[in-house]
Amino acid sequence: MKMTGAEILIKALEDLGVDVVFGYPGGAVLNIYDALFQNTKVRHLLVRHEQGGVHMADGYARASGKTGVCLVTSGPGATNTVTGIATAYMDSIPIVVFSGQVPSLMIGNDAFQEADIVGITRPCTKHNYLIKQTKDMARTIKEAFYIASTGRPGPVLVDIPKDVLAGTAEYHLPEEVKLRGYHPNYEGHQKQVENAIRMLLEKERPVIYAGGGVILSDSSSLLSEFARILGIPVTTTLMGLGGFPGTDPLSLGMLGMHGTFRANMAISHCDVILGVGARFDDRVTGKIDEFAPGAKIIHVDIDPTSIQKNVPVDIPIVGDLKDVLRKMIKLVKGTKEAAKYRKKIAPWRDQMAEWKSTHPLAYKQGKGKIKPQYVVEQVYDLTGGDAIITTEVGQNQMFAAQYYLFDNPRTFLSSGGLGTMGYGLPAAIGAQVAMPEKLVVDIAGDGSIQMNIQELATAVQYRLPVKVVILNNGSLGMVRQWQELFFQGKLSHTCLPQIPDFVRLAEAYGAAGFRATKPEQVRDVLRKGFAAPGPAIIDIVTDPNEMVYPMVPAGAPLTKMLLV
Amino acid sequence: MRHTISVLVENEFGVLSRVSGLFSGRGFNIESLSVAETQDPTVSRMTIVTSGNDQIVEQILKQLNKLVSVIKVVNLTNKETVNRELVLIKVNADPETKAEVLRLVDIFRAKIVDVAIRCYTIEMTGDEEKINALLQLLKPNGIREIVRTGRVAIARGM
Repeated sequence: MKMTGAEILIKALEDLGVDVVFGYPGGAVLNIYDALFQNTKVRHLLVRHEQGGVHMADGYARASGKTGVCLVTSGPGATNTVTGIATAYMDSIPIVVFSGQVPSLMIGNDAFQEADIVGITRPCTKHNYLIKQTKDMARTIKEAFYIASTGRPGPVLVDIPKDVLAGTAEYHLPEEVKLRGYHPNYEGHQKQVENAIRMLLEKERPVIYAGGGVILSDSSSLLSEFARILGIPVTTTLMGLGGFPGTDPLSLGMLGMHGTFRANMAISHCDVILGVGARFDDRVTGKIDEFAPGAKIIHVDIDPTSIQKNVPVDIPIVGDLKDVLRKMIKLVKGTKEAAKYRKKIAPWRDQMAEWKSTHPLAYKQGKGKIKPQYVVEQVYDLTGGDAIITTEVGQNQMFAAQYYLFDNPRTFLSSGGLGTMGYGLPAAIGAQVAMPEKLVVDIAGDGSIQMNIQELATAVQYRLPVKVVILNNGSLGMVRQWQELFFQGKLSHTCLPQIPDFVRLAEAYGAAGFRATKPEQVRDVLRKGFAAPGPAIIDIVTDPNEMVYPMVPAGAPLTKMLLV
Repeated sequence: MRHTISVLVENEFGVLSRVSGLFSGRGFNIESLSVAETQDPTVSRMTIVTSGNDQIVEQILKQLNKLVSVIKVVNLTNKETVNRELVLIKVNADPETKAEVLRLVDIFRAKIVDVAIRCYTIEMTGDEEKINALLQLLKPNGIREIVRTGRVAIARGM
């Protein structure tokens, strides 16, 4: 039976197990919306801005591990997705974005609502497509989901001209995908794995450096098992938070620019690094020439381009972390060597404990202004560490990363690579759709929350009870911090004198609003906000002078931390 | 160091910009690039001449491999290869210099492919050194225009 391109799209989504699409209609995708009208299997959530839609698909993907889907119209609808796509690309998040396009014959004519979105998104997608014929629809959609979710995951955009949506073809969704140029390697080389273990066991001051790949590959329990067998301390990147339990005695917390003292000291003084699913980016390494000067580096990653990109690597292993960690565990589990090794490196673990006690993360909550760190700690306490936390970008993000201890993967969702302000609220909505039973909290700033505040309407419409905790310091805190530290305190355009009344704003959207201005009110308003049946904004007026410490100034080595 | 990289790609629209975009987006050099269909019409071959230290070239090769539209990448540098480039040269041919131009064309086993009043168009194939040598010798006559294809290369033997 022949179906239209639009019907094929919806049918393919059904057959691929897609249960929700975040979208926004428009002229070029009217056929798709018509096909959606009667459909009962694929749920469509009407967002308020296409960027929000992509972040929702992204948050949905991060929270669930499934591929997120977003649907937009041509031209501005498509260009509005670019920031969301780039965000997902930098953090390797599997999403598929469908964009409408002007009819094939009009492409290139500067037609109404035309944009070359395939050209625009080429550098920020894992792959993208312009479908030219209706008969290619099903195969292309299958390929798009396959590419997005396999290997190192990432966003894929599929651009579909209006005539292709209106045209008809037989529906045939291929069972398998065959692509000559795409063969991700999952199996780690056994010999290299053996070499890596040999190198680790020879050394005395090992550190495991774990990134977002641990979470993406669902190998966090394997990582924990491996680290515990050998007693090796673990530091994670921002993206890796939750990939290793933050409350585990072996956890060093996050490393890098705003990492803990002990994590940065450990990585700088270790003699071997086992990097797993991380990419040695500049926020992690600090000054690259002085990064881990005495250490051999073992690097495991599914993406060969991540290896040797920023730092020279002694033992590269390309493969799926799950496979590599299983092989590693098999080599050491229950062995005498492992027991001996655990004992041998005990002094190194003692050193961690000492660093932790001499230089803990610290702040002082007095009777005056509310400290943002205090707020995050109360959120941690009141949620029992069991919430899904999303963040915006800046101080709010770093305080959340430092003071909320993430024990489980897929519970900390943050724009790490691109650093996209406005990510947190829509991502929280996407996560809430994926995990309806969970408490989802966006830890936000008063600056970034205003970048996608319109999505509060989406949350209210679909009764998604996300909670937004605004650390409201009346400024663009992180930029302000840099100005304080590196630009002689000249606060150029980082103070926000005109901040909306977030409580009334929440109410205007049909959500609940709460506010705390004094430390003793914090727990009470958080409790009320979390208990509210629907979405809520909890506006907490915090100390604008509070800064995120430790801090490694950009371009400085990790040992040169500013501590207070 | 200069590298010659041979890349087999899907013969479809947009592939050239994926490859060239990769180079520009990551700050890699392209000295020359030539591309055309192979014996299999669904596959094109690109020959890219680039330069960089070992680490950069390693990244270039890996990044090329990562593109979904790229089927195979071979670094031909340090391999036994046949390298060729084609050049078309429009050179002044005044009555007094004509004979000299013709002699050079003969020595270099080039061809005159177009003749106009006071102007010859010369076609020559060869490696870069040969082409550069001919250009050097023709220079005093006044070169009006040149077109070069950039290097194409193929491994020797099987």
